[in-house]
Amino acid sequence: MRLRQLKEFLIENLILISGIISIIIVALIFLFLLKEAIGLFKTVSLWKFISGKNWYPISDPPRFGILSLILGTIFVTLGASIISIPLGIASAIYIAEVAPKSFKEILKAGIELLAAIPSVVLGFIGMNTLVPLVKKTFDLPTGLTAFSGSIMLAFMAMPTIVSIAEDALTAVPKQYKEGAIALGATHWQAIRRVILPAGLSGIVAAIMLGIGRVIGETMAVMMITGNAAVIPHTLLQPVRTLTATIAAEMGETVVGSNHYFALFGIGLTLFIITFLVNLVADIALHRKR
Amino acid sequence: MIRENMFRKYLFTLATLIFATAVFAASEKNSIQIKGSDTMVNLGQALAEAFMEKHPEVFIAVTGGGSGTGIASLISGTCDIAMSSREMKKAEIGQAKSLGIEPEEFLIGMDGLSVVVHPENPVGTLTIDELSDIFTGRIKNWREVGGKDKKIVILSREVNSGTHVYFKEHVLRKGDPLSKEEFSPDSLLMSSSQAIAEEVALNPQAIGYFGMGYLSPRQKAIAVARDKDGPYIKPTAENVISKTYPISRPLYLYTKNKPEGLIKEFLDFALSPEGQEVVLFTDFVPIKER
Repeated sequence: MRLRQLKEFLIENLILISGIISIIIVALIFLFLLKEAIGLFKTVSLWKFISGKNWYPISDPPRFGILSLILGTIFVTLGASIISIPLGIASAIYIAEVAPKSFKEILKAGIELLAAIPSVVLGFIGMNTLVPLVKKTFDLPTGLTAFSGSIMLAFMAMPTIVSIAEDALTAVPKQYKEGAIALGATHWQAIRRVILPAGLSGIVAAIMLGIGRVIGETMAVMMITGNAAVIPHTLLQPVRTLTATIAAEMGETVVGSNHYFALFGIGLTLFIITFLVNLVADIALHRKR
Repeated sequence: MIRENMFRKYLFTLATLIFATAVFAASEKNSIQIKGSDTMVNLGQALAEAFMEKHPEVFIAVTGGGSGTGIASLISGTCDIAMSSREMKKAEIGQAKSLGIEPEEFLIGMDGLSVVVHPENPVGTLTIDELSDIFTGRIKNWREVGGKDKKIVILSREVNSGTHVYFKEHVLRKGDPLSKEEFSPDSLLMSSSQAIAEEVALNPQAIGYFGMGYLSPRQKAIAVARDKDGPYIKPTAENVISKTYPISRPLYLYTKNKPEGLIKEFLDFALSPEGQEVVLFTDFVPIKER
């Protein structure tokens, strides 16, 4: 009996520690980013950093305005969400509810395989196929645009959205659906009125993870969005994202220079953006209940 | 959570890499780490291979990343030789000295920067002034320089590229240290010279620049003149040697302090007639008359 209690005690505490560690790590990352970024704000005001339109980090004097980069990230993310969320949820519903059993397994495996393609490979494929196509279709000066990036990122977000949303839908108790159908609902009515609302929290989580993937993606966007630090007005324009800027410039910076601090400032901005996305999702979820 | 993970993973990988390189560099006496300019990666690799053929017991690793990257890792001690297509900046030298490193500079060759357009573009000649106006965004349409009525798409390298810095200082700013010209914010910043070569080959409205080693029949090199009256010169090895081509630049190797032992042997090799032959073979221009 003693031994069992001891075991219980140990395991409970191990789990507690694991949970706390992950929170501490996140907090430490935040503090580290803050510590490195704070150096910049001795010379550049926070407001100027966020609202500045010019990003010329190595000029003399340098200009560190990341508004165009923030907008670039927002444009690409919005574009990718518009494409991947409806497609992803529709696929999840099809796999969870409609597809015949044998076909279901093939579909699931296929979508999970999509997640296994390295982003640099997708970027390369996009550069050679999608970019010329976008240029031709819309008669643009260049196909390296936010739109091309959005399509490619939608591909990357799809597996996350589909597999998590599908899990959420499958997890809805069978009785709900059976009850709805017993009351005379059609299959579609049961899906729309019963299964979807019941699985909503999982679906929102799927969307948020998908968006998280899109915001954080670096390699593919760097290859196909053109990386021009301009304020975008349409999706059919080249943009430069926060992630691509860090990846492209981190290698160059002299450690401890303002440019180095500014890149950490961008990292902090990204962190805060993803944090806000999560927070909004959390609030939305709790209100629903 | 995926998104925090991304960054954490990135930092972790970076730390591991730096650590691994440091351990590797320290434990292997028979190896040289060379890092830096993307323009010079092929040259560095070819020199390393030729050198290793003569000294099979030696291992030389060559990686790119950009001139700034190379110099930064020379200073932080993760490479033995930095390749750079620009001179070290004052800030970099200052940082090196504060760590007790006296960087030594070796000129091993010259490179002509070719300005390239799509082969179907009717424009074949431009002056430095016109190039400056195009890349800063004052000239926006090919019609203004004798081409079709199409918007100009500017392709540039990322800011970690020595080519980017050199082009800005010597073409956009025409060598004037007081000039404040910048690349147009509309310019697309490409991650490699190869990416510029690809985009120029596919896009008839694009204009870009890269080291002449990347030239292929899929791009057309612009003949450049210093001014309106000047002769328009193509970027070829002869024109760079004779210094008639206006946009050519030095290629450097940097070492920590005075080179010794293996590193010295490698540098001597690069500057020997045999090494200079390799420079020519990789489409750059040797500095020594053969």
